[in-house]
Amino acid sequence: MTPDSDGNLLEVKNLRTYFDTEDGIVKAVDDVTFQIKRGETLGIVGESGSGKSVTNLSIIRLVPDPPGKIVSGEVIFNGSDLLLLPTEALRKIRGRRIAMIFQDPMTSLNPFMKISRQLMEMTQLHLGHTRSQAYEHAIRMLETVGIPDARTRADDYPHEFSGGMRQRVMIAMALSCEPELLIADEPTTALDVTIQAQILELIKKLKRDTGTSVMLITHDLGVVAGMTDHVIVMYAGKIFEQARTSELFSTPGNPYTKGLLRSVPDPAAEQGKLYQIPGLPPDVARLKPGCPFAPRCERVEEICHKEFPPFVQLNADHYSLCHFAREVYTDSGGVF
Amino acid sequence: MVADKKPHRDELIHIPPEMAVAEADVRSEEATEFVRGTSLWRDAWRRLLKNKLAVFGLVVVVIVSIASLVGPTLIKRTFGFTPDYIPSQDVKLARSYPPFTGPDGQFSWLHPMGTDNAGRDQLARVLQGGQISLFVGIISTLVSLLIGVTYGAIAGYIGGRVDNVMMRFVDVLYSLPYVILVIVLLSMFRSQTPRGQLILLFVAIGSVSWLTMARIVRGQVLSLKNQEFVMAARATGVSGTRIIFRHLIPNTLGPVIVYATLTIPQIMLTEAFLSFLGFGVQAPLSSWGSLAAEGVQNIAIFPWQLIFPGVTMALTLFSLNFLGDGLRDALDPQMRTV
Repeated sequence: MTPDSDGNLLEVKNLRTYFDTEDGIVKAVDDVTFQIKRGETLGIVGESGSGKSVTNLSIIRLVPDPPGKIVSGEVIFNGSDLLLLPTEALRKIRGRRIAMIFQDPMTSLNPFMKISRQLMEMTQLHLGHTRSQAYEHAIRMLETVGIPDARTRADDYPHEFSGGMRQRVMIAMALSCEPELLIADEPTTALDVTIQAQILELIKKLKRDTGTSVMLITHDLGVVAGMTDHVIVMYAGKIFEQARTSELFSTPGNPYTKGLLRSVPDPAAEQGKLYQIPGLPPDVARLKPGCPFAPRCERVEEICHKEFPPFVQLNADHYSLCHFAREVYTDSGGVF
Repeated sequence: MVADKKPHRDELIHIPPEMAVAEADVRSEEATEFVRGTSLWRDAWRRLLKNKLAVFGLVVVVIVSIASLVGPTLIKRTFGFTPDYIPSQDVKLARSYPPFTGPDGQFSWLHPMGTDNAGRDQLARVLQGGQISLFVGIISTLVSLLIGVTYGAIAGYIGGRVDNVMMRFVDVLYSLPYVILVIVLLSMFRSQTPRGQLILLFVAIGSVSWLTMARIVRGQVLSLKNQEFVMAARATGVSGTRIIFRHLIPNTLGPVIVYATLTIPQIMLTEAFLSFLGFGVQAPLSSWGSLAAEGVQNIAIFPWQLIFPGVTMALTLFSLNFLGDGLRDALDPQMRTV
C-alpha cells in the first residue's frame, strides 16, 4: 500500500493496445505514458476515436479480447504491474481500489436488478459485508450522492430513475468501497447541462472528502479546465500534449491543442462561424509515416509528412508531440 | 428493459374508441399507484389480460391442471373409482359403457366420459393421464430449461472458440432425428417398472429438447454482454460466473419464459406420440397418449374412448400455445407492432 517515492498512485508506461481488425492492425493506444499522483485529477481529452477510452479500459484490462490486445507496456498501480497480475487478483482491485464511472448511465445499470442490490453487490464482494450491512451502506451511499428519500428509492429499479439520478447511483457504486483511483469515462456526456454541472460538482466534492485520485476522460475542454490538475491531449492513439491544466490553457505547445482550444465556442463573442479544425481524424488503421495530424494542421511543413514528430519536453512537466513544439509554445506566449 | 424506453404499443397504433375508454381507466388506475411505479411484470400482466385468447388459454390450463391434480383423488373419495379400478367382482360390469350411461343402460351421472374396455371410469383415467402428461411436459421443460439456459449463457458469454465448439455440438445434435434418438434411448434402457420408464422418458425428452433453448439464450447473451452494465459489472470486479447467473440470465428471462411455455405443449405432444407408439408411459399409469392409443383400437365401436382423451389433450395444447403466444406479446411488446 505504500505509494511510490514520487507519490505516484498510477504509472502507465509505454502502453500499446492494438485491435486486430479486418482492415489491419488498429493502434488504438500507441506508446502512452503518464502518471497520476495521489489526490490528483488527471484529464484526458481528445476527439472521438482518439484512444481515450481504450486507455482507461487497458488500465483495468477490460479491453474486449479479441479483437483488442494489450501489446506491451506497464501499468504500475501502487507498485505492482496490473498487466501481469492474475485475473483473480485483478478482480480484487477492480471496483475495490480502482473504480469506474461509465459514460451512459442509461445502460450502465442492470435493468433487472434493484438499485439497492446493485450497490450491495459491490460491498458484499469487496468488503465482506453481510446483507444488512451492505444494505445500510448502500443507503448511506445513496444519501451521500444526494438521492432524495434514499431509503424508499433504494428498492426501485433503474428505469424508475432519471438519467442524472442514475449517474449519481453509478457514482455511489463507484465510491462505495472508497477506491484510491476513480476513472470517470465521459461521466457527463449523456446528461444535460444543468445535471452535468451537478454531477461534476458532486465528483469534485467527493474527491475533496475522500482524497481519491481521479482520471477524467472527456472531450469537453470546459470540464477539464474546471476539474483537473493535469491534462493529456490524445490524438490517433498518441499523447500529443501533456501539461498542467493552467499551463495547457494559457500556453499550449501543440497546434492540435491550439485548434481544440479555438474550437470551444465563446459565448461572449459576436455570432459568427464557429471555428473547427479542418478535416476528420485519421483512420488509425492506415496511418502514414509522418505526423498523424499533419493533413489537418495549420502550420504543417514538409517534414511533418515525412517524419514522425519527437516528443519534446518544454518544461518540467509540459511535453508536446510536434516538430515545432518550441515555436508553437513561444508563439502562444510560453517562456523557457 | 423493455417497458421504459419504448412507447406503449397502443401509442403506436390506432386505438378504437371503446378500447380507448378501457385504456383510460387503466391509466387512471395507474396514476393512483404511480408512487409505487409499474414494474415490468405488472405491465406484462396487464397486457396479457387484454389478450382474450391468452386469458382463455390461461383459464383452461389452470382448470385442467387443478382437475388433473385433485380429480383422481376426488373421484376416488366420492365414487370409489381409481383410474385402474376394475370392478372385477362383477364380470358384467367389465365392459365399455358410453358416456352418461350406467351399468343398466339408463342415464346416469356415474361415468360422464363412459368407461373403457375393462369397465374403468374414463374420467378418472383421463384426469390421471392429464397428471402424467402435464408432469412430463413440465419436468422435461424444466430439465431443458436448466441445461439449455446454462449451456447457452456460457457459450454466449465466453464467446470465441469455446462458443464455436459448443454451438457446433448443438448443431450436430440438431441434425439427429430426435424422435428416433428418444426411441432408441427408451428401448435401449427399457425399464421394468412404470415409474422407471417415466423417469427415463423425462431424461430422454429433456436431453434433446434443450437445443433451441440454448440457441435462444446464447443469442440473447451475445447481444447483452456488450451492453455497458456488463462492462460495469466486470469493472467492479464481479466474477464471470456471477455475471452470467446474476446479471445476464435474469435479463434473458422474457424470451426464456415465452419459449418454455411453448415447449411444454411440444413435449406433451412428443410424450403422447411416444406413448401412442408404446414407448412412453406404461400401464397401469396412463397418459393422454396411451389412452388415445387404447381408444384407437376400438374407434368404430367405442369412439368415446378416443374422443375424450384426444379432445382434452387438443384443448390443453391449444390453450398452452395461446398462453405462450400471449406471453410473448406481453413480454415483448415491440415485436408485434411491426
